[in-house]
Formats: sequence, structure tokens, C-alpha cells
Amino acid sequence: MSTVPIGTSLPEDTGPREKPARIGETRGDRLRRVLSSRLASVVALLIAALWTIPTFGLFINSLRPDDEIRTSGWWNFFTDPQVSLYNYNYVLYSDSQGGGLFLNLINTVVITVIGVIVPVAFAALAAYALSWINFRGRNALYVGIFALQVVPLQMALIPLLSIFSRGLHIGDFTIMPAWELDGVYTIVQVWIAHSIFGLPLAIFLLHNFMRELPGDVMEAARIDGASHSQIFRKVVLPLVTPALASIAIFQFLWVWNDFLVGRTFAPGEATRPLTAVLGDMAGTWGFGWTRLPAAAFIAIVVPLVVFLLLQRYFVRGLLAGSVKG
Amino acid sequence: MDISAYLDRFGLLAVGLVAFVAILMALYGLAELASRRDRSRVVATVFLAPAVLFLLIGLVYPAVRTFVMSFFDAEGTGFVGLKNYAWAVSDPDALQILINTALWIIVVPLVSTALGLVYAVLIDGRAGERVYKALVFLPMGISFVGASIIWKFVYQYSGTGENQIGLLNAVLRALGMQPVNWLTEFPMNNFLLMVVLVWIEVGFATVVLSAALKGVPIEMIEAARIDGAKPAQIFWNITVPSIRSAIIVVAVTVFIATLKLFDIVRAMTQGHYGTDVLAHNMVEQAFRLNDDGRGATLAVLLFLLVVPVVIYQVRNMRRQELEAR
Amino acid sequence: MSKTRRISCLAAAASVIALAATACGAPEDEDEGRGAVPDDATDCANYEQYGDLEGETVTILGSIRDTEADEMMEAWSYFEECTGATIEYEGTGEFEADMAIRVDGGNAPDIALFPQPGLMSNFADSLVPASEEVTSLATEGWTEDWLNYGTVDGTLYAAPHSSNAKSFIWYSPSYFADNGYEVPQTWDELIALSDQMVADGIQPWCVGFESGGATGWPGTDWIEDIVLREGTDLYDQWVTHEIAFNDPQIVAAIEKAGTILTNEEYIYGGTDTISATPFQEAGYPILDGGCALSRQASFYGAMWPEGTNVAEDGDVFAFRFPESNEGDNTMLVGGEFVAAFDDSESTEMVRQFLASELYHNARLQTGPWSTARQGVDPANATTPINEFATEILTDPEVTVRFDGSDLMPGAVGASSFWTGVVEWVSGDKTAEQMATDIENSWP
Repeated sequence: MSTVPIGTSLPEDTGPREKPARIGETRGDRLRRVLSSRLASVVALLIAALWTIPTFGLFINSLRPDDEIRTSGWWNFFTDPQVSLYNYNYVLYSDSQGGGLFLNLINTVVITVIGVIVPVAFAALAAYALSWINFRGRNALYVGIFALQVVPLQMALIPLLSIFSRGLHIGDFTIMPAWELDGVYTIVQVWIAHSIFGLPLAIFLLHNFMRELPGDVMEAARIDGASHSQIFRKVVLPLVTPALASIAIFQFLWVWNDFLVGRTFAPGEATRPLTAVLGDMAGTWGFGWTRLPAAAFIAIVVPLVVFLLLQRYFVRGLLAGSVKG
Repeated sequence: MDISAYLDRFGLLAVGLVAFVAILMALYGLAELASRRDRSRVVATVFLAPAVLFLLIGLVYPAVRTFVMSFFDAEGTGFVGLKNYAWAVSDPDALQILINTALWIIVVPLVSTALGLVYAVLIDGRAGERVYKALVFLPMGISFVGASIIWKFVYQYSGTGENQIGLLNAVLRALGMQPVNWLTEFPMNNFLLMVVLVWIEVGFATVVLSAALKGVPIEMIEAARIDGAKPAQIFWNITVPSIRSAIIVVAVTVFIATLKLFDIVRAMTQGHYGTDVLAHNMVEQAFRLNDDGRGATLAVLLFLLVVPVVIYQVRNMRRQELEAR
Repeated sequence: MSKTRRISCLAAAASVIALAATACGAPEDEDEGRGAVPDDATDCANYEQYGDLEGETVTILGSIRDTEADEMMEAWSYFEECTGATIEYEGTGEFEADMAIRVDGGNAPDIALFPQPGLMSNFADSLVPASEEVTSLATEGWTEDWLNYGTVDGTLYAAPHSSNAKSFIWYSPSYFADNGYEVPQTWDELIALSDQMVADGIQPWCVGFESGGATGWPGTDWIEDIVLREGTDLYDQWVTHEIAFNDPQIVAAIEKAGTILTNEEYIYGGTDTISATPFQEAGYPILDGGCALSRQASFYGAMWPEGTNVAEDGDVFAFRFPESNEGDNTMLVGGEFVAAFDDSESTEMVRQFLASELYHNARLQTGPWSTARQGVDPANATTPINEFATEILTDPEVTVRFDGSDLMPGAVGASSFWTGVVEWVSGDKTAEQMATDIENSWP
């Protein structure tokens, strides 16, 4: 009975690629027939709409004048369209405390570039060693690094900050003096902090990926006389580029959207990243909250665009590590 | 726009990049030297050194410190044994936090994974699959802070005005019902906060699972169909087992993210009205209520909750290693 | 090119346009309510005593943000110009957490503006006590009531910064005049007036406790106002936990507040709207005669809708919360304290400056603000309500007590007290139950 394709009994729902015969149809066609097709369309559309509406609402609100945001819902925009870019202008360029996000945007960019490159590079080195160099305690080390993923970031703030600002001492012996950075230079501390906090996940994912690489390729390279460092550079790195990209995107999102690390390690209005400022604004919901949609949208738009553009790499890299893991 | 005001930041970035490249080259040179002499252990050390050094300073030391602190009092000076742990499992407020956390780590991974799977199946092979995927994937690029702002415009409640600027209450009013102060209504508010995290994580689940679906062998589905299996049977007996490992990876990733969740609760309810969770209360205790001992204890509990996942991962790795041989 | 790719390019293009469209220069300053800064505040001769601080930087962390922070920075900009020092101010929405992390992490700001004396005392070990000069400026500038809150274990650490008067009841002067109502001087008169208004057909009290994650705090102010008027000794014992939170006298005070807050006839819209009405908008119905009275601090003057005339002869104004006992003259207050974590010369000079009459006079004129600094001219305040508040605050005859919830431990003052008040006005708990639950949460 079920040999009769369900799709054929619902001709009005034939998609563009729907065919009556089973030969040549895609896996999706078949699975879709498994579930009732029309209902499937409705549910899929519904989920897509539900997931998009909140963000869309914020975007609409960010374009409306203050009084409108305050007194009516964003959907009123469609019956009474009033547009104002005042809030964008204010939050980006005003000299006031509640504005000037352009500077914070620059800070975020500066923080993000190195905050992404360093941990990904270090993680690649470490992951190679953990996957393809034999040494004692390799697995224990890997498990330890995996477990570090769950150390709550908040508990690491004070000790790490203390190392930067007081130095590292054992008894009277100074291993490292205090850094005494100030102004813009405190961003260096943010770079290091982000690199540290991003390492466990990056190593974990890259290790998963590298282990999947075919062993005979490595073996062949080694027989040809290639050293570990050469194999890493010439064989492994090109093969794991998608994974590096996906981890870089992960780390990019994390650094860009960070709320705590930036404000802790680079204190001061001048060095604060965008999300930290936004978080302060969001927490009060008091004066000037009508600027929130514009500020939030500025903070959101860059990661969204990057994310959309690089989505493919993100997925490809993740899969290699996860689907078989 | 005055670019010169930002030059110091970009200058720092340039110096940082140059310094980083220099460090990488030095590391690589060392590894190359060691490789030539076939010193695997030295190569491994060089490759691992930066990551391990960072992790020791930035995560291992804080983790140990936190563990020790959990046996001390609020000031971190007097040893109190297991008193903090006794508090965590007996105090009614602390118990509420544990109950909430348990709800979160059950509901969010379950719902996110299930919804992601359903959606992935629904859109698989459908025209415009990429757009469908992108729409649901978008929230993943948005910071928790940004998400909280977006959702405030959904849950916002206005007690006096006729005009509800929150979407949900506007819908209620349109249906002729009384508006509800969503975020203060216990226990519903817990689930409304979970919705925000689910909203973020479903996209991740969809993308990973959707890619995994493409790997399900068509022949198996075909064979089952010919044998007269019902759609539901095919789904449960073939599709789900085939992508089992991808489902587990998604669930585990969402699980860890849920456990560490702090920002959404912070920005939306500050943990009031019975919505507090472990990671948020940990920060509350450590930084706002000045009880280092209790904060550390909650951090340790957080860690303990992830131990089963770590063990699972280790066993997984052992199994793979055996298979590889 | 995939569809996703096309969509994302569109999004990118759209956002670039949005950024470009707005890149038309800084928006103009809004000078609303800002007065001219007096000549003596801009005259460098008055800053000579602070010496030459060229090249020195002092960092200040506080919870003041946005417009108020701009106005504050303007008031000390003359100090910066004349001494050559740079004051780097950072306003944070996470003051407690940021302070805890930075102080423990060894990276404390030079100066912190503590909005809660209780929080400040937690950091006393790391604070630099007030120098002789600061101490003499503080004793000259503030009454003993105030200095007590800047003192920990007998050592003065901090002079107050801004101050606001909390025991205010907002009303419409014209509405009162039209209906022949008089400003009540005692609690009994206040109740009699409320009854009169009920008889005249309105629900007199507008009350709103909603404040996002801090919902309930406006209710704690209500109870503090009542306890304070039962006796300052009782108040002091209560906030320092010398007596239990559920002491019968406190329960009685809560019940007294309940004669208004849980009185269905009194509350505009009914008592079940209290916890859901945002405090920012709670008083608005006064403007159109919906209700007649709303208890909120002096800073509420800045929250009325644009165009509202806040003056004694205007649309709305405030009178002082009436006393329960004859002869009392009390005021519940809030404000910040200027504490230092650094003992350098430049930090010391900034502390002296922030405690000076010169600064407080200038700050009064850079925007809506009130202060308890003796010697300032209340007429310098930019709004009538701030002038009124500053007059009361600088009056040495007034007995001043700091907001109790800011003095209690965070677990009570910023948590169980808030939620307790909400549960009580919503009718979920009796005054007795509420007080007992809060007592149990006292760490």
C-alpha cells in the first residue's frame, strides 16, 4: 500500500522538481513524501517566519522615530510609516556617553582580528600534535583540553586579570612582572584572554577533523622523507582549510558578541567593544532605551553578513568534525 | 569622519599582527630543526607549547583555584568544608536554581535538536532550501545581548497603556484578551527565556542535521519502502539511526551552551521571579553578593554536570581508536 | 551564485547604505535644561590650589551613564583644562560585578562613585582613607548623617557626590487648587486627604513597581519612608539588622504602608496593577486627573513626558512625605560616594575637587542634579524640583537617612526585599509572611 507514493495523491502540491516516478527523484523528495507534503510546507514556512519575525521587528523599530518606538509596536510601521535615521546617527557618531558607537565598532574590529587568528593558529599546531605525533600522555592531554571547555569563563576572569595587573610570582621570585598597560594598549590583554578562552573548543573541533584525514597520505609523505613540520604545512593545512574557516567563524562570532572579556581586560570607555556597550544599554531599559534597536542592529549586522557569506564553510568544517564524531 | 582618531588602534593591530607572525615563524623554525633530527617529542612540545601555556595560565589555574575556593567561606579566608555544597542542595532558593537548570538542560537541547531535525527533514530538497536554512540560521550570529533586546520587544508588557509594544501582548489584545506580564509569571517565564536560547540554537541543529541527512543512503530508504515500511517507521528506524552521531553532537553542543548560559537571564530578568540558573547565580554570588565560596561551589557543580559528557567523549574516542586499528 | 549568497549580498549592501546614510556628522547637542556655568567655575584662578597635573590621568568608574554622565563630565572639564589632568570616566551598567572583578583582579579604577554605601564598605580594605584635606572639606560640606555613610569602622573613606531626595510625593498643584485640596503635613492628614479624594470619586494613588529585573524597588522606598517616620533609631536598627526584619514594629510599619498600597479604593487601576506598572510612567495619570498622588524620588522630575511643566505653579510638583510624629523633620536620600583606590597626588586632587563647593555649584548648573553640599546656592539648580530638593538636602535641620535597601546586604536589598514587596502588594503574602521570608534570606 505504501508503495503508492503519497506525493502523487496530492498533485496540487507538486514542487518544481517533483516527479511522479521515483527514479531520479532526490532524497528530499522521498523524505518529504514520507511526511505529508502540504503540511510540511506549512510547517516549514511557519518556522521560518517565526524565526525571522523578532529580528525583523527590531530592524523596523531601529528605523522609527523615538516617540513611535515608545508608544506603538513596530508593526504599526506598515499602517503609519515614519522613518528616522536619527537614532543611527546618534548612537554611531554622537559625542555623548550614549553614543559614539563608531569608536566601539573599531575597537571590536581590532579586537576581533587578532582574537580570531591567534587561537586558530595555536589550535591548529596543537591539534596536529595531538592527532599525528605519537607521545606519551597524548590522550590524557586531549581529554583534559576537552574538559576545559566547561570551565566557566567568569571564574577565570579574576585570576587572569590578576596575572596581568600584578604579575606572576612564586614567593619572592618574579616569573613575570606586572604588565602595566594602559589606554589603547590594554587591548593586548583582551587578545590574549580571547585566545585562551577560544582554544579548547578550537582544539577539540580541529582535532576531530584532523584525525579523519587519511592515514596513508601521511604515511606516504613520511616515506618520502617529509618531516612533521613539513607534513603539517604542506599536507595537513591545505586539507583542513574548511575546518579552519569554520572554527574561525565560530571564534569570530564569539569574540564579536563577547560581553564580558572586553570590558574586563580593557577597561575604559575608549577601549570598550561594541557588545559591552550594548549590554550596558540593554541592562537599564531606562533613559534613551529607544536607541537600543539602532545600537543593537549595528552590533548584529556585521556578524550576520559575515555569517551568511561564509555559511557554507562553517557547515562544511563543522560536519567533518561532528558527523562521524 | 576623522580617521586619525583611530590610527592608534590600527597601529596596535599592525604591530600585533607582525609580532604574531614572528612568533609563528620562530615556532615553525624550531619545529623544523627538531623534525630534521627526527625528534618527535620535541616537535610535539613546540607545537603544543603555546596552547598549553595559555591554557595553564588562563583556565587550569583558575579552575583549580575555583575548586579550592568552594571549600572556603564568603571572603575566601575561612575553611568551611562542605558547607557551601550543603547550602546548594538544601537552601530553597538554591534548589530552585538547580531545578531551573535541570529544566533548561533537558528542555533546550531536546527541543532545539528535535525542532532542528524536523525542520531539516521538512526543507530537505525543497526549492529554496538554502534560504529556509539561512533564515533559521541567522539568530546564531546574534549575540545573547542582542537576542535579549530583540526578545524584549516580543515580551514587553505595558501595564497602563492601551498600546502594547510587545508583539505577544499585541497579539493577545487583538484576540480580545488581557495582556500578560510574561517575564514575571512563574513558572512560565522560565520557558519563555528558554525560547530565546532555542531560537538561537535551532539554526545550528538544522544546519548540521540537514547536512547529515544528505548522507543517509537512499538505497536503505528505498529498500524499506519496498518492504512496506510506513513513513514513520522509515524515519525512526532508518533516518534517525543513520544520523545518530550527528544528533548526539548537536545535543551535546547545545547542552554545554545551555549549561553555561548567563547573558539571557542577566539581560531579561536578572534571575528574579524564580528564573535563576546555575551559571547566572554563580556570577551573582561571586560578583554581586560577594560570596566567593558559594560562587565557586556553583561553578564546580556546573563542571560536575558536564562530566558525563566528557566520559562519553572519552569512550567515543577509545572506540574510534580501536576501529582505526 | 546561490540564493543565500544573493540575499546576504543584499543585506550587506543595505547595511552599508544605512551606515553611509547616517554618516553625516555628529548630531547636535541637546542643550535642554542646561544652564550656563558660572564664571568662577571656568576661571582657572580657582583651580590653582590643585597645582599642575599636566599629563596625569585619573580613572573614574561609576554607574552614571548617558546624558547625566555628559553633564557630570562637563562640570569637571574646567578642572581638566586648568590643571592639565585628564579624567577618564567610565559608566557601567554592571557596576557591582565590574568592581568586584577589577578590585580582586588588581586593576581597580583610581576613583569609584559608589551608589551604595553598603557596597563600598565591602571594599574598605582596598580603599584609601580620606586625607586631612578631604576630611575637612567633607566635614565642612556635609552633615554628620551623610558622613556616617562614607565611614567604615570609624575611618572616613568617601565624601558624597550627588544626592537625591526620596521622600517626595508628586501631585498636580493646579488640580489641588481646583478641588480645594491642601498639601498634607502629617500622615493622618495624608490619609484624610486620600479618603476625601475617594469620596470625590477618584482613586487617588498612582503606584508602579515595575522596573524590569529590578521590579519591586519602588516599593522598598515606600516601606523605608514609613519606617523612617516611625523613628530614626528604629530605622537604623532595621537596616543594620540589629532587629530582625520581621520585628513586630517593622511588620506594623509594612501594614501601615498597606493602608495605602493594599487599599483597593486608593490605588489607580486596582492593587493588582502595581507590580506591572512601570515606575517611569506610574505618575502620568496625575497629568490628566486620573489620580492625584504618586510617591517617587526627586529624580522623577526628569521622567515626566516632554512638555510637562514641573514647577510649584506648573503641571506637577512634589511635596515632602508627611511625618508621623510631630516635630520630626526627616528625609530619605540616595546618592553616590567618591572613594579612591589610588593614593597618587592627582587622584587626591580630584577627590578634593569633587568634594569642593566649586564643583558642586558648577555641577548644579550643567544639568538636572541635586546635592547635599553645604554652601551651594540651591538657586543654581536647573529645575525647580532640583532647587527644592537641594534646599531640603542642604538644610542642616533635616535628619537624613540613606535608602535602606542600599545599606542591606545584596541578597536582601537587591533581591528578596524587591520580590517580597511585589508578592505582598499582589496579595500573595501577608506583611508578616513577607517580613519573615525576607528575614530568612538575610545572609
